[in-house]
Amino acid sequence: MAKVTFITADDEQITLEGDSGSVMELAVQNDVAGIDGDCGGVCSCATCHVHVAPEHLAKVGSASEIEQDMLELDDNANEYSRLCCQIELNEQIDGVILRVAQ
Amino acid sequence: MTTKNQQTCVVIGASHGGVNFAFALRKEGWQGDIILFDVDPVLPYHRPPLSKAYLSSSDKIEKHALKAEEAYQKNDIQLRLGVRVAAINRSEQSVTLDNGQVQNYDKLVIASGARPLMPPIEGMQTVNHLYPLRTAADVENIRNAFLQSRRKKVVVIGGGYIGLETAASLNKMGAEVTVLERESRLLARVTAPYMSDYFKHLHESQGVSVCTGQNVTKIETENNNNRVICADGKAFDADVIIVGVGIRVNLELAEDAGLKIENGISVDETACTTDENIYAIGDCSWFFNQHYQTHIRLESVQNAVDQAKVAAKAIVGKTVSYDALPWFWSDQYDVKLQMVGLSTGYDDFVVRNEKDSKNKFSVWYFNGDRLLSVDAVNNAKAYVLATKLIKSGAIIDKGKLADPDVEFKTENLLIN
Repeated sequence: MAKVTFITADDEQITLEGDSGSVMELAVQNDVAGIDGDCGGVCSCATCHVHVAPEHLAKVGSASEIEQDMLELDDNANEYSRLCCQIELNEQIDGVILRVAQ
Repeated sequence: MTTKNQQTCVVIGASHGGVNFAFALRKEGWQGDIILFDVDPVLPYHRPPLSKAYLSSSDKIEKHALKAEEAYQKNDIQLRLGVRVAAINRSEQSVTLDNGQVQNYDKLVIASGARPLMPPIEGMQTVNHLYPLRTAADVENIRNAFLQSRRKKVVVIGGGYIGLETAASLNKMGAEVTVLERESRLLARVTAPYMSDYFKHLHESQGVSVCTGQNVTKIETENNNNRVICADGKAFDADVIIVGVGIRVNLELAEDAGLKIENGISVDETACTTDENIYAIGDCSWFFNQHYQTHIRLESVQNAVDQAKVAAKAIVGKTVSYDALPWFWSDQYDVKLQMVGLSTGYDDFVVRNEKDSKNKFSVWYFNGDRLLSVDAVNNAKAYVLATKLIKSGAIIDKGKLADPDVEFKTENLLIN
């Protein structure tokens, strides 16, 4: 089981719990505003962009090459950016805070 | 008199277009009812995974839901599944359901999509286990038939994206797959011969038999075995047959209602039809693409989602004009294909290979100097660069583009 906290564009904090699938799936299943996941989670649309809290980046890991390339479609991308369909939901990321990108 | 907050918006079709529209409309501040109708009884789901990851997994379809069930409730969106809309009554501003009920609307959105084209092949009515692939139920049928089959022999009729993705997934599941394509090459309608060759070799290297120039004329069924017979006399045994030869747009409701139809339901830049209270979005709509300055109809998630947002804005009275660059993707085996733009009308193409991998390249389609579209294979960088370059209309140095020693950056590719 892992707890993940999302902070939406309206500064709403939503803490969710899950143990499998991707962080994007967790967000969509719980209607987190701003996480669309239009491509269904195959790193093709860049509509599940989050900024990982700097202190949690090591836990979450950095973006893969394809993910980094896709993030370049978004002007708001920075070194803390991830496409959360590519973050696996497992105990390793328990407690992380993710800010939904604008 | 009806005030704005008592208005009702009815949506025909609850797939990518209809569902995204409903949520977008609520987000835009629509206060009245939003009612979504769909024939499919399953909570609306992502369609692209059906032929890809979903087919070869044992996942439940809920894993691929477009939105959680609670999200509809939270946004006060009424989901009426397993219901067919039988008619649109424009003068009464209502729709009639197949159970005879009538639902009034102030605004109506047609997001009725398309259905698989089933070609008239002799013997098709009596075949065991022949399926199209468009719905979750289709995939259930294919999975079950395949798992129960003795020899695991599958024939896929049609070498387009659906056919090829299905072939790849079934191959992964251990099937002996044959793809029969009527044209002389795979993906003939959508890509250059270079890409057709690449995908033919990819499938063959995985053990899929690919036969082009094969026109299926007849299917014989005897003792649980199907034989798929082509015009040249070749015959292929099959336990399961998948038909992926294209789609028919669901136009009948719009047509019967007297809306203007061309190669789809004609809409303007706000996705509005010839009736000011009726919009049409997604696969069923025929619209003017501003970037390519031509009318098109697109079968894609991108178009369904983006047009949904445009229609939602227009309905709440915002000024909006649909001007999105089309993009698509396909996943087969471990190959990721990403496409941006439309190659229609290309007279030249450049293949860009990368030094770091043999399986990473991109095909750039031009009309003269104008970059029209790009197919990127395992190359998200090419896809992203291309998206920006097509949007900007920049002129590219084709020699530099083709040179793997020139680092892949916008500024390196432009004509000096």
